[in-house]
Amino acid sequence: MKKKGWKELPEGAIIPVAPTSPEFKTGDWRIQKPVWNEDKCVHCLLCWLYCPDSAIKVKDGKVVAFDYEYCKGCGICEQVCPPKIRAIEMVKEEI
Amino acid sequence: MAVKNRKRMALTGNEAYAYAMKQINPDVVAAYPITPATEIVQIFAKYVADGLVNTEFVPVESEHSAMSACVGASAAGARVMTGTASQGLALMHEILYIASSLRLPIVMAVVNRALSGPINIHCDHSDTMGSRDAGWIQVYTENANEAYHSVIMGIKIAETVNLPLMVTLDGFIISHEMEVVEVLEDQEVQEFIGEREPLYNILDVDNPITVGPLDLQDYYFEHKRQQVEAMKYAKEVINSVVEEYNKKFGTDFPAFIEPYRMEDAEYAVLAMSSAAGTMKEAVNLMREKGEKVGLVRLRVFRPFPFEELREVFKNVKAIGVMDRADSLNTMGGPVFNETKSALYDLETRPKMMGFVFGLGGRDFPMEDAIHIIERVKALKEGKKVDMVEYIGVRE
Repeated sequence: MKKKGWKELPEGAIIPVAPTSPEFKTGDWRIQKPVWNEDKCVHCLLCWLYCPDSAIKVKDGKVVAFDYEYCKGCGICEQVCPPKIRAIEMVKEEI
Repeated sequence: MAVKNRKRMALTGNEAYAYAMKQINPDVVAAYPITPATEIVQIFAKYVADGLVNTEFVPVESEHSAMSACVGASAAGARVMTGTASQGLALMHEILYIASSLRLPIVMAVVNRALSGPINIHCDHSDTMGSRDAGWIQVYTENANEAYHSVIMGIKIAETVNLPLMVTLDGFIISHEMEVVEVLEDQEVQEFIGEREPLYNILDVDNPITVGPLDLQDYYFEHKRQQVEAMKYAKEVINSVVEEYNKKFGTDFPAFIEPYRMEDAEYAVLAMSSAAGTMKEAVNLMREKGEKVGLVRLRVFRPFPFEELREVFKNVKAIGVMDRADSLNTMGGPVFNETKSALYDLETRPKMMGFVFGLGGRDFPMEDAIHIIERVKALKEGKKVDMVEYIGVRE
């Protein structure tokens, strides 16, 4: 995308449209990736509650997917997954 | 600068400034008291308490907060004013840059007072010169009457260009001295300034925007370049607003510089603020002795009127530039340095020397003004002089 020059940009450094955060794909920040084991998951939704990027997709009260376009790989989901369940494992991101 | 057939009031500089604020009736004033600017917002707070204005007055806990509150209110489309001096301006420093980069036309009184240290409460220009690159328009006034009118013009200039603007008056010398001020009617002020038309409004919930986003390697430079352009535009606007004001109200304020007895001058002095009044009388005295000396008063320091200075000085042989602040760069004060830089491209450059005077409120008597003229005359005659002289300082 060609970036705008000073003659075209809005004055005052404002961003004149909203919301803009969905356009900011943070998935490429990731160095570790959460791998979700659907068979082990009890759908307690703690990971959904704690995920700072709303990257855990839930439908009808059940986890259905991890959104890797936004997941930054922070690992919080793995930490909050109950110890007896361990349905999420962080693995090295392969490029 | 006399205004013809106007209501005349005996006011100090601070009272005159507060009176202009009352007539402007801004939407928001956020301020914190500091000598010698306290009176401006103190008097204004009384107007608020007495119901004479409709202003939301925010008594904040510091100048940093004062300017922050002004930024928020201005981004919400309000007409915003405040006032400060010296350490207060220094404490606002980081927010000054936010205000200008967000292009918010806040109008502020700065009563010039020396910056600490050592601690001092009296007049010099080290405070506003310390903010000279903050992206604010800076107007330096000679007396209470000019300060009063400059505030009203300042609202229109700032809101047309969408840049913040400070009107300064010399601490105590102007802020606390009573003078005749010829005031406009409230209605005239309101008609002249009109309604503010903001660039954007953070309270417009139907059109949400982001204000103050992170602006890194890829956009910061473009936004700074826009500010340069805004300052260039400010030159046009200052000219047109001052012209419109003079025409409407019968005043004769200069826009950027005020040449005084410069017609056939062979050498000249450049001065700002109240010292220019003393220097005018010194020029008169020297003229009586047959000296072809003139004075130029610099009224607007930001944007810097380099073209006007080149034009007015193109025929003089020597110039002395007065600074009520020192850059501590071992080559004088900021007005001297910038004027020298502005005149460098003239085909025949005048000789120049700088004078630092009046620091920390040191008095500037007539004999010092005469001495400056005599030194510039010596420079014109090719005698050896120092690049910078310190006037009125004990050896």
